[in-house]
Amino acid sequence: MKHNIKFKKKSFTISSSDLILSKILLLPSIFFIGIFVYGCIIWTGYVSFSKWDGILPNYDFNGFKNYFELFQTDRFLIDIRNTLSFTVLFLLSCLSIGFILALLLDYTKELSNLFQGIFLFPMAVSFIVSGVVWRWILNPVSGINNLMHIIGFESFNPKWYTDPTVIHFKAESGLGKLLSNIGLEFLTSDKIGISVAIFSLVIAACWQFSGYTMAMYLGAIKNIPSSIREAAKIDGTTELEYIIYIVIPILRPITFGAIIILGHISLKIFDLVSAMTGPGPGFATDVPAYFMFDTSFKGNHFSQGAAVSIIILILVTILIVPYLKYTEELR
Amino acid sequence: MKTKVSLATFNIETYKRKQLRNTILMYLILVLASCFYIIPIYVLLTTSLKDFSEVSLESMWNVPTNFSFESFYQAFIGEPLEGKIGLKSNLFSSIKLVIPATIFSALLGSINGYVLSKWKFRGSNIIFTLFLFGMFIPYQSILIPLVEILRSMNLYGTLFGLIFVHIIYGIPITTLIFKNYYDSIHQELLESAKIDGSSILEIYRYIIFPLSKPAFVVVIIWQFTTIWNEFLFASVITNRPDVQPVTVALNNLAGSFVVEWNVQMAGAFMAALPTLLIYILLQKYFIGGLLSGSVKG
Repeated sequence: MKHNIKFKKKSFTISSSDLILSKILLLPSIFFIGIFVYGCIIWTGYVSFSKWDGILPNYDFNGFKNYFELFQTDRFLIDIRNTLSFTVLFLLSCLSIGFILALLLDYTKELSNLFQGIFLFPMAVSFIVSGVVWRWILNPVSGINNLMHIIGFESFNPKWYTDPTVIHFKAESGLGKLLSNIGLEFLTSDKIGISVAIFSLVIAACWQFSGYTMAMYLGAIKNIPSSIREAAKIDGTTELEYIIYIVIPILRPITFGAIIILGHISLKIFDLVSAMTGPGPGFATDVPAYFMFDTSFKGNHFSQGAAVSIIILILVTILIVPYLKYTEELR
Repeated sequence: MKTKVSLATFNIETYKRKQLRNTILMYLILVLASCFYIIPIYVLLTTSLKDFSEVSLESMWNVPTNFSFESFYQAFIGEPLEGKIGLKSNLFSSIKLVIPATIFSALLGSINGYVLSKWKFRGSNIIFTLFLFGMFIPYQSILIPLVEILRSMNLYGTLFGLIFVHIIYGIPITTLIFKNYYDSIHQELLESAKIDGSSILEIYRYIIFPLSKPAFVVVIIWQFTTIWNEFLFASVITNRPDVQPVTVALNNLAGSFVVEWNVQMAGAFMAALPTLLIYILLQKYFIGGLLSGSVKG
């Protein structure tokens, strides 16, 4: 009894002085994150409302003018189209390839580790390296096209990232005329569509990240208790039914996490574009992050660049905040 | 009765055949998928081992007939007299950048993780979440003020400035990995030390730090890879060609003027080699960092 009281008292006195020290230990990081993350974001927001359009800073208030102008700038509208189509294609291909590979690796007993190593190594390579290599592989004159010609597919001639074509509803087509008659003419704009060149970026990005998705799925599939599978087998479920009705629902949290992580990478994508294609013909492979870099640090249009970056930030925040809330609740 | 038996044996046979067919199909898909992942490495290696006379657009898929390390020499040293500068000084800047930045961000992350995991206070979880948000933000949204701050500190354009930036923006991920790791260490271990009168720093020094090796390995590998591969900060903050890290120099080498493809591929190979080696040698820890919710980009 006596011992117990002593214990309580002592641990209490220690932790009160240590608790102060514990906060002091965190202070440098709080300070730096406060200034360089939150402070800088507010500062950028301020720049986006300013008239800073040259080398020298100019913080005169310009209201929402930069944002209004942005949404009337062709390049920005094309960028938004490209980001959205890239994100959708990138997510679909990464999730499906990652899921299928994870399922297959779950069945393989022997070479599983070897295959896993092969599928994951692109994560260790920088976007710049993969951009430089994929630029050559998808070069329309050499690359894959050349390989297909050697195999015998003479007519295989996609123009890859040099293709300026945008797939969209043509105004002169039957559907286009119908749309313009019922007042939906804006749907025939080439700002609503997919640029063909984006597919090249999707291939390279998918090369880099599908293995990562595979690893996320595989970890979770291996954690499914074998009793569930046995119970399903006894009930006479086929393999396909087992995957569709049992595995996919169990993996829903993983899919959710993967969508958040891949989605925010895709909204921010910059390195790959810079190394592989640049803005492309008619901005076919341009993205907001590249536009921001170009307009701020090459063109000195800082207020415009700031406005673009705030829009990217808002898009990323919409994705990330629910995720952070969700993981905080788990803790 | 008789028909029933034969039906049963027939079922087993088709089942077996089906199983074999499935196994073959499965491996076929896996091998085809592997080809997709390996093709870039094949192109990288074969092209960089060719000499210039052998590099033409038509023969890019051929294996080199005579191995030549000429392109590696060109990519590393270049021909300064002709204005072609190799990646030598940039590889060294990358090394000078990545070592201090990795060590300091790992130490900071370890201390943060220790406090946030073992010395929780009211609001510590909120601080942690606010830290984590810093990992996901698009760095474009802090870049303009960052350049202004570095300019005012006379750090703009220097490697030291870039090291500083990587340490700061490494705080979220390193804190996350360490906190997750320390959460798995039992609190009782600390309680008994507290009873013995050890202070917060002594507990860290004598109990937590010696136990932290696995987390340090994961964090160091993660930070090394991320910082080595990073491009955006490096291209905005360092403007002098001889200071720029290798990713920026490689991008310039490949983009600014027409260089032989073999030299580009040799350069890309040299830039990729350190992180690839780490991946091959320490795959287990690399994946550990990857799956701790960490992101690249």
